[in-house]
Amino acid sequence: MLAADYRGPGRVRVSSKPDPVIQHPRDAIVRVTRSCICGSDLHLYHGLVPDTRVGMTFGHEFCGIVEEVGSEVQNLKPGDHVLVPFNIACGQCHFCKQGLFGNCHESNPQATAVGGIFGYSHTAGGYDGGQAEYVRVPYADVGPTLIPDWMDPDDAVLLTDVVPTGYQAAEMGGIQMGDTVVVFGAGPVGIMAARCAWLFGAGRVIVIDREEYRLDFARRYCPAEVYNFEEIEDMAVFIKKLTDHLGADVCIDAVGGDASGSAIRTLLGKKLKLEAGSSIPLHWAINSVKKGGIVSIVGVYGPTGNMIPIGNVLNKGLTVRANQASVKRLLPRLIEHVREGRINPKELITHRVPLEDVGDAYHMFSAKLDECIKPVLYPNRGR
Amino acid sequence: MEQQNSSQRIDPASVNGWGVDADPRNDPTYPMRDRSADTETGMNWEPPPAQKSEVEVLQSVEYKRRPAVFGTSSPPSGISGMVRRSAFAYSESDWRHWLMLLGADRINMVEGLVEDFARGRVPNVPGEMGMRAEWRHNKDGLIQKVAIATTVTLVAAALLGRRRSHDRYRPRRTIR
Repeated sequence: MLAADYRGPGRVRVSSKPDPVIQHPRDAIVRVTRSCICGSDLHLYHGLVPDTRVGMTFGHEFCGIVEEVGSEVQNLKPGDHVLVPFNIACGQCHFCKQGLFGNCHESNPQATAVGGIFGYSHTAGGYDGGQAEYVRVPYADVGPTLIPDWMDPDDAVLLTDVVPTGYQAAEMGGIQMGDTVVVFGAGPVGIMAARCAWLFGAGRVIVIDREEYRLDFARRYCPAEVYNFEEIEDMAVFIKKLTDHLGADVCIDAVGGDASGSAIRTLLGKKLKLEAGSSIPLHWAINSVKKGGIVSIVGVYGPTGNMIPIGNVLNKGLTVRANQASVKRLLPRLIEHVREGRINPKELITHRVPLEDVGDAYHMFSAKLDECIKPVLYPNRGR
Repeated sequence: MEQQNSSQRIDPASVNGWGVDADPRNDPTYPMRDRSADTETGMNWEPPPAQKSEVEVLQSVEYKRRPAVFGTSSPPSGISGMVRRSAFAYSESDWRHWLMLLGADRINMVEGLVEDFARGRVPNVPGEMGMRAEWRHNKDGLIQKVAIATTVTLVAAALLGRRRSHDRYRPRRTIR
């Protein structure tokens, strides 16, 4: 089969790889119909995540048609068109039973801190991902969800990560009616977090980024007040001024380690890799939220360490909440939101690219060329 | 009385006042954990059937046993594999674990190039880096980058050439 093939920081190509096979009685093999490149794939692409091995296939946002199932799979059959959550979850461990499907204890030998994730380095289990013609899907009775007849597959593929992660970012913000919410980052997840903040009753939603085309999109789509941080001298002072000098009720970091906005953070975190990525949005979130407020983190950082103003977390009495989205827990509600038209995920898609051009797609997304917000890869055999 | 070891488990019920102010509604983790669905403590659940594998799978020292399923992509190999194996002697809490893995990733990148050449394949590095998209959507920027890179390379080559030429005519130091 054809599959994306990571060759080192900034280098991805398509290679011919062996078709995946059933390796466990609860596995399924899925023929991929579409697969997104996620903003968090860029952390891998830039070499920020430890144990990202040459030869790996990325891709944790995909949907496709079931080709084959293992002997213990009961809920799926060949021919089913499914969306596959990015979390690999057993459904029966201590954590899955509590709804923490992103923290499964039976899917990642290499690290205890995070459950298995498709195509997300060996730190997340060493699974090949969905930027390929076929993919092995473990615990096929737990994660994969049938795409309803009425749903456009382009909407479905965004329910595997972007929509649930944005939704959970807002949910973890504990937003109360009338709250002011600031979202750092107008990538797909940030845009979705801002959109979902309204669903939780926010009174004001503010989005911060530096790409004007993304801010324009957020202004229309969320809708939200938008500001370009390159025109802001001091983020904390700016947010304080916007909020009668108290600070925002909730700040959401929807960027993670690839953030721009500070030369020193870029040098330490992204170039020298002395930190687990640049943590400037987290720094801004902690210093811009009001005392007693909540900081919600969905931006991905590496597992080493970052310099953040932890003293201010203490002195301001902040609550910090963070996790990988628990996609399976959220899917029923999100499918309802899509059906009712409250969320229109596929409007985020700006580029549809053949799998063979994966190198161009990664570079275009990473360098924000051609006003790219969300690229989707289409394997030939998936059509 | 026997002296208590500092790591000895403490029975919460033995602590004066334990749980007197507990309030289930005051759960800042809600709705991420549904504690009502799990009354177990520790790894006492029925494990899924264990995946068998013919490839080497490294494992965190923080696990009681190997998780039931795992990926088999790109097993450790070569020098990077040796570094990765060494890294897994340390816990996820130890910086050496992660720094060695990052180092192994960089070594692995070179191994990937060597592997390509060994198979008679010259990697299309500009293609892998998406330069076609750069040419299509940011032509001026690409020309500028190439011009800067070319200039820097030429200047560096010229300086290096001058130095070598200078070294050739420098009198040799004699040792008495």
